[in-house]
Amino acid sequence: MTKRPVKAKEEVGTTGHSWDGIEELNNPLPRWWLWTFYACIVWALLYTIAYPAWPGLTKATPGLLGHSTRADVAAEIGRFEAANAPIEAKLVAADLTAISADPELANYTQNAGGAVFRTWCAQCHGSGAAGAVGYPNLLDNDWLWGGGIEDIHLTVTHGIRNNEDGDARYSQMPAFGTDELLEPAQIDAVVQHVMAISGQEHDAALATEGATVFAENCAACHLEDGTGDRAQGAPNLTDAIWLYGGDVASLTQTVNNARFGVMPNWSTRLSEAEIRAVASYVHGLGGGE
Amino acid sequence: MAFLDKHAILEKNASLLMVGSLLVVSIGGIVEIAPLFYLENTIEKVEGVRPYTPLELTGRDIYIREGCYVCHSQMIRPMRDEVERYGHYSLAAESMYDHPFQWGSKRTGPDLARVGGRYSDEWHVDHLTDPQSVVPESVMPKYGFLSNRLIEPTYIEDLLSTHRMVGVPYSSEMIEAAKADFVAQADPNSDYDGLQERYPGAKVSNYDGAPGVTEMDALIAYLQVLGTMVDFSTFTPDASR
Repeated sequence: MTKRPVKAKEEVGTTGHSWDGIEELNNPLPRWWLWTFYACIVWALLYTIAYPAWPGLTKATPGLLGHSTRADVAAEIGRFEAANAPIEAKLVAADLTAISADPELANYTQNAGGAVFRTWCAQCHGSGAAGAVGYPNLLDNDWLWGGGIEDIHLTVTHGIRNNEDGDARYSQMPAFGTDELLEPAQIDAVVQHVMAISGQEHDAALATEGATVFAENCAACHLEDGTGDRAQGAPNLTDAIWLYGGDVASLTQTVNNARFGVMPNWSTRLSEAEIRAVASYVHGLGGGE
Repeated sequence: MAFLDKHAILEKNASLLMVGSLLVVSIGGIVEIAPLFYLENTIEKVEGVRPYTPLELTGRDIYIREGCYVCHSQMIRPMRDEVERYGHYSLAAESMYDHPFQWGSKRTGPDLARVGGRYSDEWHVDHLTDPQSVVPESVMPKYGFLSNRLIEPTYIEDLLSTHRMVGVPYSSEMIEAAKADFVAQADPNSDYDGLQERYPGAKVSNYDGAPGVTEMDALIAYLQVLGTMVDFSTFTPDASR
């Protein structure tokens, strides 16, 4: 670029500003800058015509393009729902037990169910479904309420021990200590019995005493041999898999205060297709029956 | 242009320049801000939104005190991925009784605008006490000390009155009953009919599972109400907003 020659003061004049003898020349604004400036003004005007902008008495102008964030998101969601509609209809119509055998459905539930699990289930059951203290591991074959696809589907739909759903799975262990149903000595004894049947180190004499307490108070739900009853969500006490811990301290706390693990009824938040997808996903994690 | 030369008068007179600037800024403010208060498509009445109960309001203060808003937003934006993950996008009306609002701007943790009812009270106790015990990959600090801090509703009437001063419609009856409501909400064995009459849909629970009202009770009561006031099965969004 050739440098434009600097014009003399006499040629352009001054703005009249003069400070300590330094004068400001009145050079015109660069042409490119001035036109960009005008273009921005025109652009802004057109923009306010195209998009919602000018306030009126009760409403703002809607804009010629009819832009609406709410309509946009509704359309975007609708697009995905429409794309998934055929496979979801097939999933809802399918027999639960037949899902895993159908390659198309199995593939879909693996992915869609995984997404549902990571969004809604992982906070309690862990992102890898290994659970945490008080929140069951879904990878093993130790199920509280049953590990068949239909059992899992029912659990996800109605939840466990919640007041929102009348069909929620429900059972309640008595708080043997807090409600004074058993003497502290009896609780110590029954804890030793549970230590014995779960194959842990225990006090043999106390455990024998505890066997009677167990038969009278616990066997109705956990069965005489302590293997539990899925119809009542009573855990198997003999398999060395513990939801709240299997040491003497944890067991004593459990017998004293009882436990009351809950799960939401997902039917209010998830669609039937999503519930089926996540049930199938959980069923396929390894422990499904 | 002779008219533009008058500019020199403003430039040479500081007080006049200040008055002129104020005038220009006010016009900008009036045009941009004032319509938001009366335009039909910026204010939306939504059924179900109610003022916070005394216990929830106390929990909200703890939420602010602990700086939860620094890592958690309360604003589900109208985008498909956010709606899929968190639920229906947030409505302006849902934070109409928040002073100040807790929209936040950063998500180190997840958005909490609809966390209410999503987890059990026990989960919240476990999670606040030791977040890594339930979410191993979490970077959230532990807040177990909240369980040890018993709180009294000593200044609860003042708190409600202050909120009334900035526009929350707390009635005199609500303020009079504030102390009782505060205690009742954390005790399922109490007589909480009045509480639920004053604050429809208020959940009553011994949130932390321990006797007495602790900061843990208050915070969980607040978390459990977030995003639950509007029934979206009956709400139809108006697309013009």
